[in-house]
Amino acid sequence: MNLSRDDIPALAFSALLLGLAAMLPLTGSSYWMGIGLSIAMFTVLSTSWALFSGPTHYISLATAAFFGLGTYTVGLGFESLPFWLLIIIAAAIGAALAGIVGLATLRLSGVYFVIFTLGLAELVRQLTTWVQNLTGQRGFYVLTDIGETEIYLMLVGLAALVFLTGWLIGRSRLGFALRIIGDDEEVARHSGINTARAKVLLFMVSGLVAAATGAILAPRYVYIEPSLAFSPILSFQVVIMALLGGPGRLWGPLVGVIPFTFLWEAISSSFPNQTTLVLGIAFLVIVYALPRGFVGLIEDGRHRLRAREGYA
Amino acid sequence: MYIIITGLLLGGSYALIAMGLNLQYGVARIMNLANGEMLVAGGFVAFWLYTTAELSPFLSIFLLAPVVFALNWLIYRIMLLPLVRRAKTRGQLEVDSILATFGLSFVAVGLMLAVFGGDYFSYSYLARSVPIAGDTFALNRVSAFIGAAILCGLVYLWLNRSRVGLSLRAVAVAPESARLVGIDVAQRSALAFGLGGAITAMGGALVSSYLTLDASTGVIFTLKALIVVIMGGVGDVRGTIVAALMLGILETFVATVIDPGLTLAAAYGLFILILLFRPQGLFGRASA
Repeated sequence: MNLSRDDIPALAFSALLLGLAAMLPLTGSSYWMGIGLSIAMFTVLSTSWALFSGPTHYISLATAAFFGLGTYTVGLGFESLPFWLLIIIAAAIGAALAGIVGLATLRLSGVYFVIFTLGLAELVRQLTTWVQNLTGQRGFYVLTDIGETEIYLMLVGLAALVFLTGWLIGRSRLGFALRIIGDDEEVARHSGINTARAKVLLFMVSGLVAAATGAILAPRYVYIEPSLAFSPILSFQVVIMALLGGPGRLWGPLVGVIPFTFLWEAISSSFPNQTTLVLGIAFLVIVYALPRGFVGLIEDGRHRLRAREGYA
Repeated sequence: MYIIITGLLLGGSYALIAMGLNLQYGVARIMNLANGEMLVAGGFVAFWLYTTAELSPFLSIFLLAPVVFALNWLIYRIMLLPLVRRAKTRGQLEVDSILATFGLSFVAVGLMLAVFGGDYFSYSYLARSVPIAGDTFALNRVSAFIGAAILCGLVYLWLNRSRVGLSLRAVAVAPESARLVGIDVAQRSALAFGLGGAITAMGGALVSSYLTLDASTGVIFTLKALIVVIMGGVGDVRGTIVAALMLGILETFVATVIDPGLTLAAAYGLFILILLFRPQGLFGRASA
């Protein structure tokens, strides 16, 4: 692998930030631990979402479905199998489901994909509820000795993996192919790119990560039932955070996750009934005021600064 | 037999709702994900007028239609037209309009929650039974079906027989060429969008006479309408009606024979089959 001159400081800087993030439990504050957990979780989910949706512009609303499958895997198996194995199984299930959905819809226009993913969480929820009704279950308890600190550290580790994967994909032929697909799918097809394969592969990556995240977070919920695990609002939060930051850059979603997590925390504690309204307004702000997210603002600002100095 | 008739009765309402969405997507090129909220709002108004003024839902749709039409027309003009102008490609417009109408739908749900609260609402209207083919059916379901059938028929005739209908179909087929023969595409799109919203809201008022709704059920109806539109073919009225009736029957079948909690799963099963075998719609021709 050949690293360019800019890569080494960037990698070192990222490693430093990750190291700092991993120190958070040392503060011992439960408030910051809670916020840190949310930020870590949404960083993983939004970044992996943007790996697929950023370059291709296909909007996936299925995060909650994968996430829920992950929590359910742990809920069903935590008594008989070790936790790390369950995370891997959850990831495999997530990837498989994403593969099936991708094969059915990604060969067609983007609208079909959006619609399909929009209902996927509800579909999986209905099926799980049905199976549970047949077996006479309602929900179950996940009682483990895994605490918030362990969950947080696992999430930070997963985030590191996601960023590394994203960075590697960005440099690979697959990443290049995806960017061409995003610019013009017709051109991509004519230049010999197997567009369906590239899209399905990337969608599987984001499904895999979402399911693994769900598995890691399962011990935190203690009690799992379908309406909790497959709560559709999660999918929308992930999309908003990624778009708010700017899905065109690997670090873009992170820029959206941090402010939105604080905003969400504040709103849901003081106006719990208005959260839907806030989601709606966030969507509208993104479309009308921030079509390229915060990243777009930052880049415009940088560009202007350079122009003033006479470089551009 | 019971399943088929109940399914047809349900499918009639679906046809009306999906017809509204089809006008919005087929002509105005806006995949309107706030469609279901328009339906719930229509249901709310019908509920409110019935409980406060004892106004029958079949009369309140006449009050409802012009108001919702104006509202949707304004939404298109103010919010969506800038997106149409901004978009360089069809794909760009699709992404933008999906996000914008999503935002709109959440805002609508938020507002309805604030105004009406999160409770289910229903009222009993025409809750008598009528015998058809040896079984008995609720009169409100039958009358809602008849209402939906009349409205669908009117829209179909209007689209196929009138001059404005002709221009709408022209915009649906080729917006670029429609402009060349002197059709004001932006104005016609706004008309179609407003009309689509009004039709969906009327469908909502009819549905509310026999189904229980709440502020956040809109998205389920949006999904079903989308499935029907894709199944029937974008811009195809006949296909929409057939697809809606099929969905109604299938859903009733699954709800009675297997489990009432699986209706969306049934709709999705149908959707997957369509995507795999006839992505251009039931009666559609494969596009080049």
